[in-house]
Amino acid sequence: MTLTAMIVKMSEGLGRTCAIFFLTLLFSLPLGLLVALLRMSKNRVLSTFTKAIISVLRGTPLMLQLIAVAYGPFYLFGATLLVKQKLLAIIIAFALNYAAYFAEIYRGGIESMPVGQYEAAHVLGYSKTQTFMRIILPQVVKRILPSVTNEVITLVKDTSMAFTLAYMEMFSIGKQIANSQSSFLPFIIAGAFYYLMNSVVAFGMSRIEKKLSYYR
Amino acid sequence: MNILEIEHCRKQFGGNEVLTDISLTVSEGQVVSIIGPSGSGKSTLLRCATLLETMDGGSLKYLGKSAVTDVNGKAVYASPAELKQMRSYFGLVFQNFNLFPHYTVLKNITEAPMLIQKRERGEVMETARDLLEKMGLSDKANAYPYQLSGGQQQRVSIARALAMKPQMLFFDEPTSALDPELTGEILKVIRALAAEHMTMVIVTHEMAFARDVSDHVIFMDGGVIVEQGNPNDIINNPTQDRTIQFLSRFN
Repeated sequence: MTLTAMIVKMSEGLGRTCAIFFLTLLFSLPLGLLVALLRMSKNRVLSTFTKAIISVLRGTPLMLQLIAVAYGPFYLFGATLLVKQKLLAIIIAFALNYAAYFAEIYRGGIESMPVGQYEAAHVLGYSKTQTFMRIILPQVVKRILPSVTNEVITLVKDTSMAFTLAYMEMFSIGKQIANSQSSFLPFIIAGAFYYLMNSVVAFGMSRIEKKLSYYR
Repeated sequence: MNILEIEHCRKQFGGNEVLTDISLTVSEGQVVSIIGPSGSGKSTLLRCATLLETMDGGSLKYLGKSAVTDVNGKAVYASPAELKQMRSYFGLVFQNFNLFPHYTVLKNITEAPMLIQKRERGEVMETARDLLEKMGLSDKANAYPYQLSGGQQQRVSIARALAMKPQMLFFDEPTSALDPELTGEILKVIRALAAEHMTMVIVTHEMAFARDVSDHVIFMDGGVIVEQGNPNDIINNPTQDRTIQFLSRFN
């Protein structure tokens, strides 16, 4: 198998890699905010429960969580796993795991906001929701962007973990080729692909950071 | 007419009494200054009056309407809707401005009148332009707070409060975060407001300013009003030992 053939074959899996990446972000970013708000809830039961969930999601390997989501239902209810449900299982596991990390980032950002911002809005008559959506959240987004960039970059690389479920994204295809051809080359190609994707991510995020630098 | 009436206000923080039986009445057009050492409770009083802090006992009225009623020594607050209404009667200027950094000067001033008071955009914009001109900041409408000096930021925050067309303004040490030069700018603005008979309550450490601008001066210490009255009497000829001691450096 030539190098070009390997690259072509592996890039066929890039669509699936990107699907994991974008779908995870799509669900985990808003979910993370919700989890952060539950974590900061004045209701002790709710905040303790959320804290425990976050602790488990951050304290156990993502690979284990993938397996749990994918095969758990089978052992629990005898449900069967179809190919299409593989992506579903991956997205559920990834979205939950990343939401836990994003939640703590959001929480850090929200708690770093000076109380004066809330008070100024309160005195002007803003409701709690208006204060959060218009005054707090936009400033939080700017503050947490560097930490979010870190997570997003990690996510690009973590998509390779889908090979655990034999989901044929780019890395799984590469691993298959490496096995059948007894070649190390696919891993180098995979590394190059991830590096390229993350260069795009880093560029995109720095553009957003620049866009938000209109105020301090 | 009385704009603000506080009676027998009490406030504790974890068993520590910071306000003991404070009563204060502010009539229309009156300028009241509150002076006193740090920790005397003056800021807490202001925060109780502006509903940022809940009082434990006593009553609070704006324009004769009850925000807080005293029921057997316990403070009982009006409904959230009524309190929201009350909030539109006053404005508050903070020590450290608390402008919204992600908004331009103009948006800082105009968002609340349009969003909260549902006033018409054109009218609000005109009001904001007039206020900016009055504050000498017409050229800063599209600037962001970080691009302004402390004095300019504080003038924007005064404009933001005035844009809500409040019946009265509270100032919580409006010049304490500013150097002497910038302090002068702000005092000038407050003086101009006083000349227009804006009803104001000012917590300040600027004794000469308090004497010159106010109709009534209150000296607080240890959570009580130690002495109050005519500004000249209080600041130039205090009668209570604690007041004399506090003002000795100034006089």
